[in-house]
Amino acid sequence: MSLRILVGVKRVIDYAVKIRVKPDKSGVITEGVKHSMNPFDEIAIEEAVRMKEKKIAKEIVAFSCGPAQCQETLRTALAMGADRGIHVEVAGPQYETLQPLHISKMLAKLAKDEQIDIIIVGKQAIDDDCNQTAQMTAALLDWPQATSASKIEAKDGSLQVVREIDGGLETIKVKLPTVVSADLRLNEPRYATLPNIMKAKKKPIKKLTPKDLGVDVSPRIQIVTVEEPPVRLAGAKVENVDMVVEKLKALGHA
Amino acid sequence: MSSLYKLSTTIRKLHSSAARFTKNVEFTAVRYPYLKRGSYSFLSDRHLRFFQSILSPHQVLTDEFNDLSGYNVDWMCSVRGSSRLVLRPKTTEEVGAILQYCNAQNIAICPQGGNTGLVGGSVPVFDEVILSLGLMDAVISVDELSGIAIVQAGCVLEKLETVLHLNNLTLPLDLGAKGSCQIGGNVATNAGGIRLLRYGNLHGSVMGLTAVLANGQIMDCLSTNKKDNTGYDLKQLFIGSEGTLGVVTQVALHCPSKPTSVQVGFFGINSFDNVLETLRLSKQSLGEILSSCELIDQSSMECVTSQLKLKSPVNDFPFYILIETSGSNADHDAEKLNSLLETLLKNGTIMDGTLAADSTQATNLWALRERIAEALASEGYVYKYDVSVPIRQFYQLVDVMRAELGSLPIRCCGYGHLGDGNLHLNITSQEYNTVLLNKIEPFVYNWVSRQRGSVSAEHGVGLKKRDYIEYTKSPTSVYWMRRMKKLFDPNNILNPYKIFPGSLND
Repeated sequence: MSLRILVGVKRVIDYAVKIRVKPDKSGVITEGVKHSMNPFDEIAIEEAVRMKEKKIAKEIVAFSCGPAQCQETLRTALAMGADRGIHVEVAGPQYETLQPLHISKMLAKLAKDEQIDIIIVGKQAIDDDCNQTAQMTAALLDWPQATSASKIEAKDGSLQVVREIDGGLETIKVKLPTVVSADLRLNEPRYATLPNIMKAKKKPIKKLTPKDLGVDVSPRIQIVTVEEPPVRLAGAKVENVDMVVEKLKALGHA
Repeated sequence: MSSLYKLSTTIRKLHSSAARFTKNVEFTAVRYPYLKRGSYSFLSDRHLRFFQSILSPHQVLTDEFNDLSGYNVDWMCSVRGSSRLVLRPKTTEEVGAILQYCNAQNIAICPQGGNTGLVGGSVPVFDEVILSLGLMDAVISVDELSGIAIVQAGCVLEKLETVLHLNNLTLPLDLGAKGSCQIGGNVATNAGGIRLLRYGNLHGSVMGLTAVLANGQIMDCLSTNKKDNTGYDLKQLFIGSEGTLGVVTQVALHCPSKPTSVQVGFFGINSFDNVLETLRLSKQSLGEILSSCELIDQSSMECVTSQLKLKSPVNDFPFYILIETSGSNADHDAEKLNSLLETLLKNGTIMDGTLAADSTQATNLWALRERIAEALASEGYVYKYDVSVPIRQFYQLVDVMRAELGSLPIRCCGYGHLGDGNLHLNITSQEYNTVLLNKIEPFVYNWVSRQRGSVSAEHGVGLKKRDYIEYTKSPTSVYWMRRMKKLFDPNNILNPYKIFPGSLND
């Protein structure tokens, strides 16, 4: 098989950073804050690279939509093994109101233009937790979808995918072309080795605008306010079990 | 010792590895039979009643109602005291009252912080009363502008780090034990760690401290001034004194700004010459943003990946280097780092490596270095040597020891703070083995002494290295150290049997 895979990678605030809300409550502070690739998208890239190593895929295209710094995210994808990148630049207020539907429309257009056989994205981004892009993309393309994938096997023109669902594991078969979303246990992403990091600098990244793809990114939503969750009340320490019982009684729990 | 009334039962949470093995550790008094208990008082009901009169019930733990093995055994499970009493003061004044009483009653005291020390200095040798600082864990104040944090001695280092981060500051020191070690203990042992290369040691970062002397007197040196040249700088005496000159209860620490850009690189290197070249070029091209440069050898890597199921980012190499940069501008730092890497790769100085793509990868790469001690401990008994050597001879001692010991040990490996010239030589065997020990010591100390290095770069002397001080310090120095000890603690109640060769009671 020699498939072409399109992988969506999103630049998000790094997982370990403590998120702070802007004083004007219009959003979270992103200025000067460490960003990195969405962890689920790392898993998506890793899966695509493994398929290329198994000679199932012949080319991996990484795609990211956002401000100029998305190029760094694409370079990471290239360093892990993607062949080329596509950056659709959207910045400023338009980026703040970007929604999965916009991304899905871009992915759908690119899938047709680039003759893609499999689209793999992370199942959700750790900033918005939407878990919508894969599903909407499949609907726009009228392609089958295999979401929350924890295992993928390619077999003659179709994929056998094990999905993590509430009740346990579900195994489905989807015909190509298809959209897949990667779940946590699909694989463990590799470290990008230095020679590959160096090579990645020379791999091409094509720059496009939303208009080039015929996608209107004017806002469909308005952010009213962004607030911190309520402060957790401090617990109280007591010196022995008798006092625990006393406190519970006083608070009306026993 | 009988108790006259009910005490609250408090079981302390233990480090999981210590909890598993504490019951099997030989008593120090048995393993080192030449050690003789000083002529201190034995604990009596009268003494206990006094402590109970000045402290709350949960601050006084006796062996009758509590399992004190977590306090009596060190993290390495290599020494074990037989203390019957743990006191946990909450204020400097309580520490003062305790010490005043013990000094008058001739009761020996073992001050204890996080009990993560590696030289047997943090636990009793015999039945010394343990003075645990763990309840004095408050961060009193943090000032972002001056960078000064005032902290109680029992505050766990990682907790302090969390508070500092909220104030755009960070710790001037970092070490693998930070989840358990306490700042008071760090100060008392002049702890080093992985950031010393960048921020220097505690003699420079501590602006002031409060110490309680053996007679209960409270010495207030808790100034927050960066510059203060008024008389002798007495606080320096307590830094690194390992609890033998006074008990540190509060610290004023100068903390650097929190870097906004931290990069971690990990490289595979095929020869020690290339290790030195990597260090040289890194210092030169990274300049002020270099914050750590650590070496790991093949054997240590094999141990940490197999024992703890961790993943190496590269194939097998004789040496690995971990580099960390910390700065205020990600683009600037990335550019410097990328340019360095291109040169190192092009010249074949490094063969392979990786750059952490996100904080999870950075943490995982650091784990390969920071958890080596833990991995080694899983193999059995660890003979641990922490030495300063000339950087050009950094790895030589490992090769020499390996040749000397042959197939006696399970493993002979080396890793450590390459940038500081501080090697951690570690040898493991299934159980404590005097034959192996005698092949290692004093050979290793003689070797280091001939290089004019230090037989204990950062771990301190404690109990296990007290007889080797003179391999690094002159007899005159040691003589004056003893004079100072006598001056500050005439009855020798503070952490006796530690630091000095032989016994002070002779």
